[in-house]
Amino acid sequence: MRTVRTLLRTPEGAIGLGLLAVLALVALLAPVLSPGDPLRIAGRALIAPFTDPAFPLGTDRLGRDVLAGIVHGARTSLAVGLAAALAALAIGLCVGLAAGFAGGIVDEALMRVTDAFQIVPSFLLALAFVSVVGASAPVVVLAIALGAWADPARLTRAQVLSVRERDYVAAARVIGMHPAEIAVREILPNVLPPVLALSAIIVAAAILTEAALSFLGLGDPNIVTWGSMIAEGRNVLRSAPFLSIFPGLALVATVVGVYLLSEGLGKALADGREA
Amino acid sequence: MNRALRLLRRRAIGSIIVLLIVVVLTFLLLEAAAGDAVDAYLLSIGGGDAAIARSLRAAYGLDRSMPARLWLHLSSLARLDLGWSVAFDRPVRDLILERLPNTLLLMGSATALSFAAGSALGILAGAKPGSGRDRLLSTLSLILYAIPGFWLGLVLSIVFAVQLRWLPTSGIETIASGRTGLSRAADIAAHLVLPVGTLALVYMALFLRVMRAAMAEVWRLDFVLFARSKGLSRARIVLRHVARNALLPLVTMLGLQSAAMLGGSVVIESIFAIPGFGRLAQEAVSGRDTALLTGIIVTSAVLVILVNLAVDIVYAALDPRVGASERGA
Repeated sequence: MRTVRTLLRTPEGAIGLGLLAVLALVALLAPVLSPGDPLRIAGRALIAPFTDPAFPLGTDRLGRDVLAGIVHGARTSLAVGLAAALAALAIGLCVGLAAGFAGGIVDEALMRVTDAFQIVPSFLLALAFVSVVGASAPVVVLAIALGAWADPARLTRAQVLSVRERDYVAAARVIGMHPAEIAVREILPNVLPPVLALSAIIVAAAILTEAALSFLGLGDPNIVTWGSMIAEGRNVLRSAPFLSIFPGLALVATVVGVYLLSEGLGKALADGREA
Repeated sequence: MNRALRLLRRRAIGSIIVLLIVVVLTFLLLEAAAGDAVDAYLLSIGGGDAAIARSLRAAYGLDRSMPARLWLHLSSLARLDLGWSVAFDRPVRDLILERLPNTLLLMGSATALSFAAGSALGILAGAKPGSGRDRLLSTLSLILYAIPGFWLGLVLSIVFAVQLRWLPTSGIETIASGRTGLSRAADIAAHLVLPVGTLALVYMALFLRVMRAAMAEVWRLDFVLFARSKGLSRARIVLRHVARNALLPLVTMLGLQSAAMLGGSVVIESIFAIPGFGRLAQEAVSGRDTALLTGIIVTSAVLVILVNLAVDIVYAALDPRVGASERGA
């Protein structure tokens, strides 16, 4: 609770949290804010923005409401970004913990596999994965997570290696604590914070990757996403650039929000340690 | 130099193992795809009967068991044979070699530009952490880094190519212009301004942030306090003592980012219609060409390994501590 208050006192944290709160609210209330399927034809095609009160941000080539697309796109962006980051953190934590605790040949093998995933460009991996398995929201989440788990895995392993040598772990061993209990009660809580600090960056990267995938037409075709809206607007880039510009601005606002929040959190945590 | 060579040898052996893992995992992933190269080929020529499919599979070894095919795949890779692209009806290796120079030109220029501009701006920001200039540059770089490259590319091309008509919108050079020599080089350069500028802007923001953060760390070290107490001028401390030591994390970042840059080339090349490596990846996906996709992933892994080896050498040259403790290992 104290961290939250310190967080709100840093300008970064306050602005970031505000931006994300608005976006989360928009995403949650999307069915109320703009009821109905955002992909349905709602009016005349290519209405310019700020001219028709019924369509404040205009309509696209097929007469779909741009504002409805952006509102519902916030759902996709946030949901896919968070789910992919959670999956990546879960995989990374498991692999990192296993490698750090097991040591020896298991550690060596797991770290070489982690190397392999770090060396292949994660966007190419996601591209290949989606094209092999077929585009749907869960597949996109998994594809992004596949390219993002290596960093948290490496960090978790490094943390485990450093924490397991500390005195309080040795003390726990001396008083006869079971190794599994040491792992869960003594090591894990001290491994988690730096790995969680990485999560904001992973969420931001996941949101950007999702947008790039759906921009290339590899997203779920039945869901409206900001990336696919930008791609759709590209067809009329010369006559109606706003179709690509608006969803892009929404994307930038989201990612800026995540970055600001992560900077604010970093400062708040540093303050908390110093105090 | 001996030290760097020993480091290099150790890294090279590790890299081969990792590359092997990449190859096997890629093989297994694409193995899971519905249909094989023969299905894709028959579809592309308008169909064929089961006998043709059988004989084709036998000819390419596709009728064997999975481990046998993996062995076939590995042994042809060892001979630098990347297989046959069904979508283009050409060897995968030729396709990749044909497309790679464009991408390397794009990546190389963008990296050089962003590294130079990013470190210079990073020094400006990190010269006085917490100052107004630092806050302004940090905020701008944060926003810039949050912008998706493909969208920035679109916006820049709306402004500079569509509205102002200063630059060409797409392609790597004017088609069938008959230009040669310098005039052709100038034409290619004009086509590269927007894609290189887009990539450079995004990565400049990253390098600026890393440089600034690294400088903030170095400011706290004792030798900087010592340099100040000696009465050295501020400019000298900033450039000779702080910035110089802060460059090391930047070099590391260069290696770490090479994979992300190659991945990012897919969207940038698609936006600016540059016939490069990344666009080839997209064409492999849309053509359901697994051999080509495998070749692209393996080649990109090799490229990333090479970049990281180069970074290791540079690092060893910059920092005498690297590898010094490995004597006799």
